[in-house]
Amino acid sequence: MNLLLEIAFTHILGRGRQTIVSIAGVTLGVGFAIAMAALMQGSQEDFVGKLIDAMPHVQITDERRQLQAQPADEQFDAVAWYGLRPRDDVRGILNPVATIAALEGWVPGIISAGLNVQGVARYGGTERGVSIIGIDPADEVRVSTIAEDMTWGSLQDLNATSFSAIIGERLAERLSVAPGDSIQLIAAGGVTRRLKVVGLFRTGIVGTDETRIYTRLRTAQILAGRFNAINDIRIRLKDPDAAAAVARRAEAMFGYKSVSWQEANESLLEAFEIRNIIMYTVVAAILLVAGFGVFNIVSIITHEKARDIAILKSLGFRKGDIQLIFVTEGALMGGFGGVCGMALGYGLTRMLGSVTFEMRQMSEVSTLPVTYDLLHYAVAVSLALFTAGIAGYLPARKAAKGNPIDIIRGAS
Amino acid sequence: MMRVGPSASLVSARSVTRILTETVPVTLVEDVTLEIGRGEFVAITGPSGSGKSSLLYLLGLLDAPTSGEVLFEDRATSILTEEERAEIRLSGIGFVFQFHFLLPEFTIHENVQIPMRRLARWSRAEARERAAHLLDRLGLGDHLHKRPDQISGGQRQRVAVARALANDPPLILADEPTGSLDSVSSDQVFQILSDIVATGEKSIIAVTHDLDMAARMHRGIHLVDGRIVRDEAQTAPD
Repeated sequence: MNLLLEIAFTHILGRGRQTIVSIAGVTLGVGFAIAMAALMQGSQEDFVGKLIDAMPHVQITDERRQLQAQPADEQFDAVAWYGLRPRDDVRGILNPVATIAALEGWVPGIISAGLNVQGVARYGGTERGVSIIGIDPADEVRVSTIAEDMTWGSLQDLNATSFSAIIGERLAERLSVAPGDSIQLIAAGGVTRRLKVVGLFRTGIVGTDETRIYTRLRTAQILAGRFNAINDIRIRLKDPDAAAAVARRAEAMFGYKSVSWQEANESLLEAFEIRNIIMYTVVAAILLVAGFGVFNIVSIITHEKARDIAILKSLGFRKGDIQLIFVTEGALMGGFGGVCGMALGYGLTRMLGSVTFEMRQMSEVSTLPVTYDLLHYAVAVSLALFTAGIAGYLPARKAAKGNPIDIIRGAS
Repeated sequence: MMRVGPSASLVSARSVTRILTETVPVTLVEDVTLEIGRGEFVAITGPSGSGKSSLLYLLGLLDAPTSGEVLFEDRATSILTEEERAEIRLSGIGFVFQFHFLLPEFTIHENVQIPMRRLARWSRAEARERAAHLLDRLGLGDHLHKRPDQISGGQRQRVAVARALANDPPLILADEPTGSLDSVSSDQVFQILSDIVATGEKSIIAVTHDLDMAARMHRGIHLVDGRIVRDEAQTAPD
């Protein structure tokens, strides 16, 4: 074995108990850092995963990001308008068949077209503002998880009768409607129809469960008074991460507002970013504290071994050799603690991952979402090595600086 | 005994002054000029605080003079970096102090190997062999695997001598080598030092307050207040 390494080993082995304590400090730091990162990232991935499952990856609506320019704006450099009353544009995506055909040409995923109509649901004197979504049940199953959220009936029941609806559980509660009842729907355009409730769903998102009504596309088109119209194209991609690129391309092609799931949840994803920053700060702080333990023990050793240092220097060891001995001691503790910490972190993650709990409103049993990411292990161990190395270096530098004759004089 | 030629001088001091500048400047060594050749056995004597040890540390490149120049094998050392001086100490100078300064965690066999392993002139196997041979010559062949706290003070000091000889340096510096030993052990250590000089290849400079012992060396340098007041050849009684 290398001489300096051998000396470093004898030093830390000579202080067995303190060494074990400071290694334990690093181990706990690394272990908890890994477990925490696993839980944080696990819950984030779980949440984003649910988000991706629950909503379309790209949604193209008939809105535009900018107001459409008036013809005169395009003709002249400067135009002033007074008292302009815009024409009632026909809503909906133009040339729906051609648009969908064009999308199908290049989008790697499933496309579903629907019609979104605003309206009011009325039943027995109670009225609620609702969002009516006309869908093709067969397509809808493939782009959203609504089929899994059904608590009564099934999506296919929409096909049984022409004027049927599936409504959110909360909405049903508010209206005091039970499956089989007929509710009156008044669309924003004034068309009124009675729809039979054939199913209930619950997504867990209050806003959705309180206001959403699914019906067949044809029914929605009748309510809107516009046959063959669609205003909502939803795309489910094979690779959710490609959503931003697909949305950009679709928007560039058609000019309609195309929103990727990332854009739709921007503030949420930002919150996750902040959460990650907090997490890494806490992890760094934990490891820094562990570093203090290492600093402490290496300082003690340098004081205890002042004579040895002096004699090694008088024998012809260089300053750098002495520093290397103590940095090695710090790194050994950091490295050993880091390896033990990885094992502890893995164990803790396994344990956390097996903790089961029952959601209050759901019958299914869930476990804590955890993730196993090699990056966490690498980051935690390198941070531990780094802080331990620094913790060894600071006392090492001081120890190597000393003049050996001061100590030799003092001893003789 | 002294050889003629450019390498006749092993270590020399030219007008060396060492002033310790702390709260009050203290002159440890003042205007010392001397030359030590190969194969010399030199005693440095003087009252306490006369600068004996300080002079030894200067000659051993452990300390640097405030003014003047220390030459090792005719090489000026004031221009050298600390690392270069460490390199000279490693291969060219062996130290024996009053306190043995052995590393307590290592066996005496390992302690003697430490300078050799740092210098790496010999292989690990050769170093082991050489260390065992040195210890055997000093009568410690049966204790190779004992640690310093398992042997007597006189034995420890002999291990320190073996360690000083490890890299076969031309110069051995001893600072009160027998200062903490009883008379039997002192005689043993002194005899070993004499034997080393007798081979004609190494010089030994020993600081001592034992005037009997000093008188048995070949040259006596007497210091008072950091200055040399006497430097003369002595005829050894034997």
